Amino acid sequence: MVVSPPTGALAATERSASPAALGDPAWRSVLEPLLAGGRSAGADLVEVFLERSDHLGLLAEQDSITSVSPAFGAGAGLRVFLGERDGFVSTNDLSAAGLRAALEQALGMLGLVLPVQAGGRFDGLPELRDFAATKEGWLHACPSLAEATGRLLEGTDRLQTHGQHLQVRRGSYARDWQEVLVAASDGTFARDVRLHQSVGLNVLATDGDHRASLGRRYGTSDSPDDLRHWDAEAAAVDVCSSAGSMLYADYVEAGQFPVVLANRFGGVIFHEACGHLLETTQVERATTPFAEMVGQPIAHPSLTAIDEGLTAGAFGSLSMDDEGMEPQRTVLIENGILQRFLSDRAGERRTGHPRTGSGRRQSHAFAAASRMRNTFIAAGPHTPEQLIASVDKGLYCKSMGGGSVGPTGQFNFAVEEGYLIENGSLTRPVKGATLIGDAKEVMPRISMCANDLELAAGFCGSVSGSIFVTVGQPHIKVDTITVGGR
Amino acid sequence: MESTTSLSASLDAEVLRQRLASLAHAEGVRRWDLGASCSTDTSVQVDRGEAKQMKGAQRSAITLRVWNDDGLVGITSTSDLSDAGLARALAGARDASAYGNVDEIPDFSPLATAPLPVLEQPLSTPLSILTLLDTLKDAERDLLARHPAIGTVPYNGLAQRSSDRLYINSDGACRQQRLSTASLYLYARAEEAGRKPRSSGAVRLAYGAADLDVAGCVQEAAERTIAHLDYAPIATGRYTCVFSPEAFLDLIGAFSSLFNARAVLDGVSLSRRESLGEQLAVPFLSLHDNGLHPANVGAAAFDGEGTPTRRLSLLEGGVLRHFLHSEATARAFGVSPTGHAGLGAKVSVGPDWFEIGPTPGSSGGAPGLDRFAAGASGDDHGLVVIDSLSALHAGVKASQGSFSLPFDGWLVQDGVPRSIEAATVAGDIRTLLKAILGFEGPAKVTPDGLCPHVWVEGLSITGDA
Repeated sequence: MVVSPPTGALAATERSASPAALGDPAWRSVLEPLLAGGRSAGADLVEVFLERSDHLGLLAEQDSITSVSPAFGAGAGLRVFLGERDGFVSTNDLSAAGLRAALEQALGMLGLVLPVQAGGRFDGLPELRDFAATKEGWLHACPSLAEATGRLLEGTDRLQTHGQHLQVRRGSYARDWQEVLVAASDGTFARDVRLHQSVGLNVLATDGDHRASLGRRYGTSDSPDDLRHWDAEAAAVDVCSSAGSMLYADYVEAGQFPVVLANRFGGVIFHEACGHLLETTQVERATTPFAEMVGQPIAHPSLTAIDEGLTAGAFGSLSMDDEGMEPQRTVLIENGILQRFLSDRAGERRTGHPRTGSGRRQSHAFAAASRMRNTFIAAGPHTPEQLIASVDKGLYCKSMGGGSVGPTGQFNFAVEEGYLIENGSLTRPVKGATLIGDAKEVMPRISMCANDLELAAGFCGSVSGSIFVTVGQPHIKVDTITVGGR
Repeated sequence: MESTTSLSASLDAEVLRQRLASLAHAEGVRRWDLGASCSTDTSVQVDRGEAKQMKGAQRSAITLRVWNDDGLVGITSTSDLSDAGLARALAGARDASAYGNVDEIPDFSPLATAPLPVLEQPLSTPLSILTLLDTLKDAERDLLARHPAIGTVPYNGLAQRSSDRLYINSDGACRQQRLSTASLYLYARAEEAGRKPRSSGAVRLAYGAADLDVAGCVQEAAERTIAHLDYAPIATGRYTCVFSPEAFLDLIGAFSSLFNARAVLDGVSLSRRESLGEQLAVPFLSLHDNGLHPANVGAAAFDGEGTPTRRLSLLEGGVLRHFLHSEATARAFGVSPTGHAGLGAKVSVGPDWFEIGPTPGSSGGAPGLDRFAAGASGDDHGLVVIDSLSALHAGVKASQGSFSLPFDGWLVQDGVPRSIEAATVAGDIRTLLKAILGFEGPAKVTPDGLCPHVWVEGLSITGDA
């Protein structure tokens, strides 16, 4: 049955988080004694991360809204450094007493004791760098629940219009609002508001024993109107077209083949195969083969790769990282030569690599770590058609699923939608492919980059939790890679 | 400025119930329920003899569900257990209920006040974080000394938690469970000159950090890592495979929608309502979900709706016997809830802890299976032993039944194992369940369940030989 969304505003859940709460000047008088006390105890550096969050999740199935999940919260993460060691304590208790108890616990981990009288080693916080000043109205400007549910149902309705053999039609929406305040004894004092919205459509197509599940997700940051601008029609056509292709696809033949990976989410190959290995957390763990290779070739000369947090509206963009530093455009690899690593506070202290505005965390419950933001392979000189034409027998990966990388640099990722390349042309759809490889071996095999760079939103789970990122690339060709199949 | 209730790892269920009842009355909400938890955690990580990071956390969370005057349900979750936070959550849930699903309205579980199982879960006093640190340093030192190729233990952690969880509803149900748990994981990285790095590890759980089997964890991590040092590529082809207990449990867990009534009703399971009674696997396979097993450290006595946890037969003689249920799915099927619900706007259903093995009274499959016996594979290919599967989040298509997964393991030829350099295993879960040859050895307790080694014939292996 079709259920029309009720009209009217949802005052309590959508409007109730106070965007100005961490902008209250009174926080200074709470934070400064903590930082001074930590320094007086002997800590090299004390950092306090305060967070308020407001989340809304929606699910539409077939033609009904089946889940409305609001959530709100607040918390703090306190981190104390002594040399290369650190202690971190998170708490939901934002009272002055609660924060002090957390600081005492973090100091105690390093053998330090909060003195009765602080003084001498901290000069006070400077003026607040307030990146949130122009963002106060974002939460209020987001679509109301009535509007958001309406847009989702529009999406599932479009799936019905354009799809065939659809057993399940789903649309989902998530809106994450976060206000953060970072204060540290090195003079960091900054506030920001972040807004991330993502909307996705998924289908399960079935016909007898044939089954295909496909999905697409779109995500942006810092634009309250994005759900309003979402092209449900185009999204539904895209998903249904892919599901139609894959429903009757054969399983891919296993073996070693050249592959051409499409742009947008194809960039997950660089994210998994190389990006994680260029985070200083991997240098600290001695799990990257590239630790001592700055200035040396680690990839094909045709490859330049960048990580940045600046692209307007991109899922991984941010005005400041979770350690209060403004993001940079970090060239990781230029013409195959390793240029630098992504680094955070701890990474800088432990590895010497300068910070890049890449200290990120899911929430106050995680200590920040060096993480990717918008990571992509730069455009090259070729057309996508030239890449495909260069392959006699191989695989075209139009749509990628998730992936992962292990402590030895072995990476993998799933291909959601694939096509055989035969004699330089796309032929049959194939399913069930998993690409596996070793970063050191695969990076030199990315031999051709096309001229159609695009980014795609994604979520990255790692040591500091799940964060918003984008991956991206133009169409690229990998000369040979192991394709797991049947 | 906000001040929330300061929490240690304890909740007073009766006090919380009274606060909620008062707030609900003031808001005109007559029917509600609540799931809440709070915990205190400490954990340490080390790196080559030095403390890498020490962490502490105090966490609190509630999910509040209300029924409006039209009988529709809304929820809100928050970490704020102050009166202001509860009031805001209550108002939020009431507002969200305007969008409640009219096609499926949850109710209180009819078993939310039924007697709970008695669990033997000793409460341990937390150790000091410096004691945890010393313990982990010793474990790392021990592991590094096991083989010259083991250079680091890049993923390691020793953690302890004290927690409280509860379920309360406006009809008087009031569940509470207090628990202490501890965990240790050690994943070593080994590298020999001119060869690729290799990695493996082990995990241990206990009710307290002092009770962890640290020596066993070190021993297992060392054995597994060393066993992968001598590796070779494998040729692509079809092989008889032997799944380790951990790997087989991971695979079954990834396809647990086969047994999930929520997934059946949503149309995303390979099973249908009428699948009960169908032969899903070989006739000697038995599969139970048993969160109450004594080896399931940290077992929940009740689910998110307050329904008591219980042992449930899923497959007996290879035949699908029961589905996992929440209150709503059970009502739709005309059965009782099974204790597998989460609490949410759309109530989720999930397994607790699997028991896998031969059906009592059955042949148990091929007898005397021994992966290290000469000629065990019956062909020239050799046997593939799958030690651990990776990337299940990406390589499993549960609604399609297919999987294509990277794994760590060994090729065993003439009884001699050699680690496989890099490979994937692919197949269809329905085909796999009917291609089980038998079980090897006694069932092993793992963090996810109980299972012996499982032999399966004819799986596709992709290697790079």
